[in-house]
Formats: sequence, C-alpha cells, structure tokens
Amino acid sequence: MIVAERKPFKEIAVAASGFRKVLVAGCGTCVAVCLTGGEKEAGILATQLDMAAQLGDREQVFSVGCVERQCDREFLEELGPQIAEADAVISMACGAGIQFLAEAYPDTPVLAGVNTTFIGVNEDVGVWTERCRSCRNCVLSITGGVCPISLCPKGMLNGPCGGADKGKCETDRERDCAWSVIYRRLESTGRLINLEEVIEARDHRDLLPGRQVHPAYERRYSAHE
Amino acid sequence: MGEKYEPKILALICTYCTYTAADMAGSMRLQYPPNVRVIKLLCTGKVDVIYLLEAFKAGADVVMVSGCEIGDCHFLEGNLRAKERVAHAKTLLDDLGLGGDRLEMFHIGASDAPKWAEAVELMNRRAHELGPNPLGRKKLQARQTNIEELRA
Repeated sequence: MIVAERKPFKEIAVAASGFRKVLVAGCGTCVAVCLTGGEKEAGILATQLDMAAQLGDREQVFSVGCVERQCDREFLEELGPQIAEADAVISMACGAGIQFLAEAYPDTPVLAGVNTTFIGVNEDVGVWTERCRSCRNCVLSITGGVCPISLCPKGMLNGPCGGADKGKCETDRERDCAWSVIYRRLESTGRLINLEEVIEARDHRDLLPGRQVHPAYERRYSAHE
Repeated sequence: MGEKYEPKILALICTYCTYTAADMAGSMRLQYPPNVRVIKLLCTGKVDVIYLLEAFKAGADVVMVSGCEIGDCHFLEGNLRAKERVAHAKTLLDDLGLGGDRLEMFHIGASDAPKWAEAVELMNRRAHELGPNPLGRKKLQARQTNIEELRA
C-alpha cells in the first residue's frame, strides 16, 4: 500500500492561513491504514488547526470530510457539497489523491496535508517499511523476492557492490545488505544459479507519466488516443 | 476579568484502579482540590487523542489521564496505549501553540489514594503556573457569535 506521513503542522497551518472556511478531506484507504490521513487523522488535524486559529485570533472555520478513496472519481463526487461550502481543501490523501481531487474541483484551492513517502508494507504495529519503487521492470523472480531497487541504497541490479560487511550495508551498519539477503534467500530455495543471470540496466527513457488500459477496455478507450 | 482563577481540571480515569483510588481518597477524607472533573472510563485505553484535544478546545485548563500501574491493566495494555497517546497528544498541543505541559499521564493503583490526591494537587499547581487556557469559554462564546455573524 501507499505510505505517507503528515506534513509538519506549521507548514499546513501557514498554507491554510489565508482561507476562512477550510475543509480537511481524509482518504479512507492507504493513508487511513498507515494512520496518517484517514477520517480520524483528518479530525485531529482540523481540531488542531481550529485551536491554533483561535489562539492566533484568526477567524477560520474547519470542517472534516472523508471518502473511501480520493483516487476514484465516484468517491470524490461525494465531497462535492462540502467543497462547495469551502474556500480551500486540505487533502490528507497520497499525492495521487491530492492531484485527482484538485483535478475534480479545479475552482477550489487544494492544499497537501501529507508527504507521500513510499509503497510499502505494515511490518508491525505503527511501523511501515518500503518495498517497491514501481520501476515498471520487476526483477523479483530472479532476486528471490527481494527488491534490490528499493532495498539497496545504490539500487544495484547486479550486486553486491563490495561495500557490504558481514551482511550489512556500508551506508548504514544497521541495515541488511539487500544482496546478502538475496543470496541467502536464493540459497535457501536452491536457486543460486539465478545469480549468474546478468540483469540489464534499466532504460529510463520510458519513465513518462504512466497510463495503462486494461486489455478488455482497449476498444472503449482507443477513441481517446 | 477580575474573577479568581479556579482552574478546570479534567481527569479521565480508569474504573479499576484510579477511580477506586479516588473513591478511597474520599473515604479516607483526604483533601485535594475540588475543581477536578472526573470522567470514569472502563479503561484508559479508551482515551483517544481527539478527546484530549477536544477537552482543551472546550476550555479545560489542564487534563490528566490516569490509569493502572504499568503491568496491572485490567485489559492488559490499555494504560500503555493511553501513555503513548498522551505523549503524542502533548506534541500536537506543542505544535498548535497551547503547550503539552497542560496534559499529563499518571499511573495510580487502586490502593493509592494519597497518590491520587497528590496528582490532582500537582495538576492544580501546574494549572496555576500556566494560567488559564486561552481557549476558555468566554473566548469561545465571543467567537461563536462572530462565526454566526459571518454565516448570516
């Protein structure tokens, strides 16, 4: 899932300071799971902003809204009546959600309430770690299910780099060397032969804004191409 | 103003330990500031960050959360969760400019009536040191009128 962290309070408060009626819009999917931008967190931020506005004698009104997903048009529609009442919206969704909200309501200023950090997993209560950079060229079948792009600070496709020491990374002695982990994983599953395969360098020329159409819908959307 | 400042102390306390201690403090006729408003909870694990913020928004001068001693929670770890949430809420209060010192977590066992009296005393002293919560009722009322005028 997508993981995000809340922006520093001051940054949000400054961005919202010029607006009288502000809607704090939560998103009920990824950012709710990582306890950053769900309905509850939107409520906390709105209360905090309200209190700060009162302390600073600013006449502002904050309301809270939350939809299941801000990255889907049909859910965004639900926010319409609340947005019509607001001078600005603080979106607590990931970068994609914030942009889609701004696109859906182009006449209302949309402010970001969170910094999107990575695609990751829920490792333990309150802990999330990165697992994927969405590089569009997955090598996990070769590397034993361990991603060298996101877990190796150098993103080595054919590692290790030579800086590894006793299975730890030279950039941080606490961090496991991704390629050591890959080696052990391949060893335990009897696939060390995979290491003989040379993974070709990534061609970054195709890193244009992504768009994909499901094959079943190609006919429907080809008219727009 | 001119009125004597009597701090509003809100105490969110658990029924199994601190509430029993507070009850015993009464039976023991221990003296402690009467301006504490107690809300009894089944467990301090019920305390949410938003409750704490709303309490200050509603005009509480200081808020105390008090659960069982560490390791003694009737629900195993409710008091530990409350402890973490209070710590987090303190940072939120610091951020918004009210100050996290107005909020404190305590762990008071069922037999610790004197400790309860001391804790209320401590929060009362702190409320006097910090002065009234600027978000107090008068300001809220004034603000409410303003907002209604704006809406009209």
